[in-house]
Amino acid sequence: MGKNTGGEAETVEQFLDSTLESVDSAENVVLSVAEKAGFSEEDLHKIGMAVRESMVNAVVHGNQYSAHKKVRVSVSTAGNRLTVTIADQGKGFELTDLRDPLAEENLLRNSGRGIFLIRAFMDEVDVRRLSPHGTEVTLIKYLGRK
Amino acid sequence: MSVKLSTRQVGDVSVVDVSGRITLGEGSSALRDTLRDMVTKGQKKILLNLGEVSYIDSSGIGELVSGFTTVANQGGQLKLLSLTKRVKDLLQITKLYTVFDVHDDEAGAIRSFA
Repeated sequence: MGKNTGGEAETVEQFLDSTLESVDSAENVVLSVAEKAGFSEEDLHKIGMAVRESMVNAVVHGNQYSAHKKVRVSVSTAGNRLTVTIADQGKGFELTDLRDPLAEENLLRNSGRGIFLIRAFMDEVDVRRLSPHGTEVTLIKYLGRK
Repeated sequence: MSVKLSTRQVGDVSVVDVSGRITLGEGSSALRDTLRDMVTKGQKKILLNLGEVSYIDSSGIGELVSGFTTVANQGGQLKLLSLTKRVKDLLQITKLYTVFDVHDDEAGAIRSFA
C-alpha cells in the first residue's frame, strides 16, 4: 500500500446508475483512493460509511432508482485532504426539513439518520442544491486528524 | 458478504445469530422478514446476537429499531447480544444504546428475560 503524503494529487470521477449496486461501486472507488492516500483502517471505515449513506440518499431519495438518472461520484486527494462529491439529479431537499434524529420524539423512528451519520464520520460536510435540479454532497476527511 | 441469520431456541428465548453486513437491500430486509416471522408465530422473547456483524448502516439501525418496537407492541422484548465495537459506537452516536437492553454474555441475557 503506497502512501500519498507529499501532496501528490489524484482525481477519479464516475457516472453511476441509480441502483444499489452503485452504492458498492462508489464505496470501492473511494476506499481505493483513500487507502492509497494512507488513511487508517478506522478512517477508511468512517469514509466508506459516509459514502454509502450519501449514495443511498442519491439513489433512493434523490434519483428514486430512475434508469434515466445518474449519480456523479468524484474523489480526489490533495495534500492531506480527501474530497468526495456525490451528486444526484433528483428534486433536492432542504437540510432544515430534516428531523433531529437525537430528539426524544425521533429516537425510535426507522429512518432519518443518514445525514447525521455522514456528519459524524467526516471532518467537513456540505450539501447544496444544483440548478436546475439535483443535490450535491461534498465530504472532506483530513489525513491524521483525530 | 451479505447477512446470514440462523435461529435457535434456548428455553423460551429465541436467539437469532446474525453475521455479515446489515445494510439497505438484502441485509436489512432479511432481518426484517425474520423478526416479523417470529412475531407472527407469537415469539415474544427475542435475543439478537450481533457478535459476527461486521457492518451496519442507517438502514440496518432502522431495522433494529423497527424490530424493537414491533416486538414491544406485541408485548414482547427484543434484546441485543455481543455488539462489536463499531456497532456499539454507532448505537451510542445515535443515542440508541440506552434504548436497547444490551448484553455481553448469552447466559446472562437469557436469564434477563425471566
